[in-house]
Amino acid sequence: MTALLKVEGLSKSFGGVQVITDVSFEAEEGARLALIGPNGAGKTTLFNLLTGVFPQDEGTVTLAGQVIDGAPSRRRIGMGMARSFQNIRLMPHLSVVENVMLGQQHRRSGLGAMLSPLTLFGRSESWREAEALIADMGLEAWMGETVSTLPYGIRKQIELVRALAAKPRLLLLDEPAAGLNGTETAQLRDFLARISGTGITLLVVEHDMSLVRSLCDRCVVLNFGRKIYDGSTAQVHEDPLVLEAYLGARHSGETADVA
Amino acid sequence: MSGYWTGIVTILAINVVFAYGIYLAVATGQLNLGGAGFQALGAYAAAWLCFELDWSPAWTIAAGTVVAGVIGMGIAIPILRLKGVYLVLGTFAFAEVVAGLILNSETLGGAMGLPVPAYIEWQVPVAAAVACALLVFYLMATRFGLAVRSVHDDDVVADLMGVNVRGVRVAAFALGAALAGLSGGLYAHAFSYVEIQGFNASLSIYVLLYVLLGGAQTAWGPLVGAAFFTLLPEAMRSFLPAAKEAIWTAFGVTGDISPPDESWRFVVLGAAVIAMMVFRPEGLVTRDTFAFPRRRSPAAAPTREAAE
Repeated sequence: MTALLKVEGLSKSFGGVQVITDVSFEAEEGARLALIGPNGAGKTTLFNLLTGVFPQDEGTVTLAGQVIDGAPSRRRIGMGMARSFQNIRLMPHLSVVENVMLGQQHRRSGLGAMLSPLTLFGRSESWREAEALIADMGLEAWMGETVSTLPYGIRKQIELVRALAAKPRLLLLDEPAAGLNGTETAQLRDFLARISGTGITLLVVEHDMSLVRSLCDRCVVLNFGRKIYDGSTAQVHEDPLVLEAYLGARHSGETADVA
Repeated sequence: MSGYWTGIVTILAINVVFAYGIYLAVATGQLNLGGAGFQALGAYAAAWLCFELDWSPAWTIAAGTVVAGVIGMGIAIPILRLKGVYLVLGTFAFAEVVAGLILNSETLGGAMGLPVPAYIEWQVPVAAAVACALLVFYLMATRFGLAVRSVHDDDVVADLMGVNVRGVRVAAFALGAALAGLSGGLYAHAFSYVEIQGFNASLSIYVLLYVLLGGAQTAWGPLVGAAFFTLLPEAMRSFLPAAKEAIWTAFGVTGDISPPDESWRFVVLGAAVIAMMVFRPEGLVTRDTFAFPRRRSPAAAPTREAAE
């Protein structure tokens, strides 16, 4: 097994506030790695650094053996890294199919591809591919709907499908279960397991520990921007530093369910 | 057609071309309030080439389109670094610079304007308007159109999806400037005369209104907006006095009453614009206008959250 994603000594500050401090970890090809930590621990900032929304101050990120520091954010999806967002960020005025076709953008960005119609004279290859992917995920009932009119749970799933349309090797999921009910979370778990089965590496930020436990065997815990734990998900609730992060020093002697 | 109607049809066609030019920038989420500047560039390029060098209209209009497009691209690269109201003011300032330069240029006739010897019939602007509409409809149906619309909705995510946000914005702005220049060239030849006072701030505002009130979500918007705001004042020219007389007659008043007479139609138009802004800010035509009534499962009903 080789590391698909390798993060070494990553640091970032905004003004005088140090948000990420010397974080290092690796994710192996096909791994399901959880990234957890209390609110404000720097999980989303870490995602933003990985995808190039902001540049890091220090450290190196390597994806599939290639150092991606300084690569513009729009090139990174083509390097095999796609993500979803904590607060759903689909294009509200676009239909479901159009949003999913946007996920294919990096593979079809030449001048010829940009200027050939998507639907004008029958459905284009892009359109059919997007439709097939949506149908494959069981969402064909929503195909032509404008995204802003759809219920929350459906939009959450469509954002995942859009990320998959990029054919990524590494999928970064920022709280995929937030706002979902129990049934939807169970469906999400099966869905992610299925994606993982196709060889896609998952890096999941999540607060729902039952989902994390059933999906990821390894987790990295962040607190105040520092890595405080990297190891088995089954034992994370026994780690004194993790307990202190969640419960405070006074209660860290007590045993409690993390998050 | 009578002279009155050919005049209306000509100005309508020119306004449609002009509105499509501004629409391309607006569709990427950038308000272009410098429309008159780009139209003036096209109009003066065509007028000068015709007056001084005796080029035929086909070539002068093409040259006007290219001049406005090239300058549009040159100006887009720095100006699109601005955001929101600063971008709007930047485009506005550009139009003022163009007007100032032309007003002070002896070559271009200064405040006197330039006569344009070659004349085009009303069919030419109409053909150009149809061609522009088809071009924009085609572009919006391509992946470029998808990129344009996604940049409008969320430029950060569009970038993460691999869209060249800056490239899409510059291309749409420059192509829009070229169409505005085309409308200027058509204007110069259709009305045989250009003077810079005609390419003023209120023209820029009007054409932006055509787009915003017509609806910027689909390529139908500029067409409907330009038609509505070109034809409505004309329709009111006879309707307003007739309506006034009918009302006063109903109250038993006869004879010469004034105002409101037909010159009040712009008051009515202004009130209509305000009413539109309040009750239908997304414009006359939206994407939902063309959506077929669909069977929906109860779960698909818009939720409170979805309405945000």
